[in-house]
Amino acid sequence: MKVAITSTGNSPESKLDSRFGRCSYFVIYDTISNSTEFIPNPYKDNIEGAGQASVQLVASRGAEKVVSGEFGAKAKLIFDSLKIKLVILKDPEKRISAIIELLNH
Amino acid sequence: MNNPPHFKGFSPIGLSEEKLPVIINFEEYEAIRLSDFEFHGHVGAAQIMGVSRPTYTRIYESARRKVAEAFVQGRTIVFEGGKVYFDSEWYSCNSCGCWFNHIEKDQKIENCTLCGSTYIEQYSDDSQKLFAKDCCVCPECGYEKLHLPGAPCKIEFCPNCNCHLVHKGAPTSEGMEKQ
Repeated sequence: MKVAITSTGNSPESKLDSRFGRCSYFVIYDTISNSTEFIPNPYKDNIEGAGQASVQLVASRGAEKVVSGEFGAKAKLIFDSLKIKLVILKDPEKRISAIIELLNH
Repeated sequence: MNNPPHFKGFSPIGLSEEKLPVIINFEEYEAIRLSDFEFHGHVGAAQIMGVSRPTYTRIYESARRKVAEAFVQGRTIVFEGGKVYFDSEWYSCNSCGCWFNHIEKDQKIENCTLCGSTYIEQYSDDSQKLFAKDCCVCPECGYEKLHLPGAPCKIEFCPNCNCHLVHKGAPTSEGMEKQ
């Protein structure tokens, strides 16, 4: 299963980005092959619609779960209709590697 | 509530030191909006929010005190949480501290989506308990009815004894089953 995590940087030591639509990087982590892929967020500086566009990006990569600090109302609606699970982690100090460890329970 | 704020809060200008933020719940924000922005009376505003008038006044009082605290002490205001109802079920994990939603309602949820811990609880539990506390009871036979926010208990009648109901703190389990 693929999990998307919002990240502030492009290394596993980067911290979780507390915003979803305007995060710096998306990390696509595959729980089966244990691989990670860092995608720079092209919608980071969008004036409008960053959330919705990011949902499409995450969904097109086949993520079934998304970990972030917060989700906007519009993004949440689309996630619900796509049946993608949301995880809100209110800890901006958490590192991507630590989240991946949690996912490998 | 109808209109959640579309921003996360306020911060004071020209203060370098970081102080603990004042957390204003969404219902408190809504109370200030209804009373001081749309100029509703407490009775009207309580009906809009679906709570009783005394509850509304309590929420409003708390909101104003928090705003004053932030103003006087130069603290940040953060809008967060409170007793809000969500459209899908939300759970919190006591192990890793995350929040997660559960989409397939027909499947039972036992583990945290993130860390797999079984130490999870449903978010809405708390607010339902608070809501169930309010109850109208018959002083004669003990018949109980869930209290409608904004409606005084005495306007309700007992179907058995045909007398006015009075307010009761917490419902008994038998009373709840009778409904």
